[in-house]
Amino acid sequence: MKEYFNNIFTALLTIFVGMKVTLRHLFTPSVTIQYPDVKILLPERERNRLYVNMDDCIGCDQCARACPVNCIEIETVKSLPGEDLGKTSNGKKKALWVTKFTIDFAKCCYCQLCVFPCPTECIYMTDVYEFSEYDRNNLIYNFATLTEEQRLEKIENFRKFSEEKEKQKSQAQKSE
Amino acid sequence: MIYDFLYNLTGSSVLAGFLIALLPLFAFILPFALFAVLLERKVAGHIQDRLGPMRVGYHGILQTIADIIKLVQKEDIIAKENDKLFFNIAPVLTFVGSYAAFAVIPFSSIFLGAKIDLGIFYIIAVTGLVVAGILMAGWASNNKYSLLGAMRSAAQIISYEIPTILVVLSIVMMTGTMSLFDLSENQTGYFWNWYILGGPSMSLQKFLLIPFMLIGFLIIYISTLAEVNRTPFDIPEAESELVSGYHTEYSGMKFAMFFLAEYANMFAVSAIVATMFFGGYQSPFGYLGNSLNMSWLIPLEQFFWFIFKGIFFVFVQMWLRWTLPRLRVDQLMAASWKYLIPIAFVNLLIIGFITLI
Repeated sequence: MKEYFNNIFTALLTIFVGMKVTLRHLFTPSVTIQYPDVKILLPERERNRLYVNMDDCIGCDQCARACPVNCIEIETVKSLPGEDLGKTSNGKKKALWVTKFTIDFAKCCYCQLCVFPCPTECIYMTDVYEFSEYDRNNLIYNFATLTEEQRLEKIENFRKFSEEKEKQKSQAQKSE
Repeated sequence: MIYDFLYNLTGSSVLAGFLIALLPLFAFILPFALFAVLLERKVAGHIQDRLGPMRVGYHGILQTIADIIKLVQKEDIIAKENDKLFFNIAPVLTFVGSYAAFAVIPFSSIFLGAKIDLGIFYIIAVTGLVVAGILMAGWASNNKYSLLGAMRSAAQIISYEIPTILVVLSIVMMTGTMSLFDLSENQTGYFWNWYILGGPSMSLQKFLLIPFMLIGFLIIYISTLAEVNRTPFDIPEAESELVSGYHTEYSGMKFAMFFLAEYANMFAVSAIVATMFFGGYQSPFGYLGNSLNMSWLIPLEQFFWFIFKGIFFVFVQMWLRWTLPRLRVDQLMAASWKYLIPIAFVNLLIIGFITLI
């Protein structure tokens, strides 16, 4: 009999205790972050989408060689002696036309290994993480600043230049 | 009364009857369901330190409207092995059962569908249809989860009807009326005239009654909570065990009908509890219309207080839902047969004796 009333008492008491707890939570500010409108601050060294600052890129190919999944593709063409490509922000002289610089983010494993070897610190991780696409080909990002015509022109220029050089060389050999 | 008003307006008793039957549905149940579904999700969210729906409209106020539009668009699936006739009747029957209860619920002194003397008795009788509808839905679905849910629901509603009726009986015995309108009218004045505080008479009886009325209120609140299949008594729908019980197989508007019936039921039982113990549509502090000498304001105030009380009890139901875990079937039966029914019986006897003094 005592147990019976004890049961009733504990049941009621625990219900009221529980209701007190939930009522308190009803008025505590919620922890929700309204994601697309408000974004949580990412940690300082987060690794997300890569970005290449082509103004500083010297086309040294070190990032492509460091990449464990080969997602970076770089093609370069030597500049002609008369051309001035400018300097990078840390004072290195640019000597190559970067005719192709693509990163395939479908392959990228966000290991950040490409970032460290870069001599001019032009490839780095950004905080962009929303870049889903319907077509996988759209994930191949092109960073090269040259247009297609410019690219062909540079290649053609270099071909002509080296042909000329060859000619000069062979003439020099002949005249000897 | 609102019926006379409609009768004078339309000049036809059939049309007036039809309109008055539709009035609670369109004036009250549909807006209430829209509001209650949102309230439920908001309460759920905030109790769990979330925000609930936020995207549709300001703080998600249009969320339920979007949901309704989605439900209307949905395909009405009827599986091959379903018993087509009963499968189609069941949601209608369930809804009719809970909707019919609104005929006698006094929203205010003029907004009352039918002023019959058997008010509470009628409600208890007509909500019995809900059990039939649920059982029919479970059986016609031809699905083990649906059937299990329906069986549990029937067992639960029938066992919890007994303590409900015993408490109702004690009130009826004390007041000598079954009409919800008369019950509300008896509790006029201030909140100390409510039956939870012993009723309107100022005597020894009133003070003796207070603890037993409180017990009666707790019992009827718990048992009506079980009758509308809400957590912690939601074993008929138990999402984690039975998919969603008797409405597993339903989709589209038929599902919406069950849903509407559930919310209508929630309000109906809250309204009954409010009418029996908390003065129905009576204001706790007297009327603004009386002090300002504007008698037309009183019914509106009464309507406000009734809705306020009803929604408060619906809120407590939701609050309980997000507080307590679901009971096991044996615990559910033990709570009814070992605790609520004996206490309700003793309470009935004691209230009887006190009334005799």
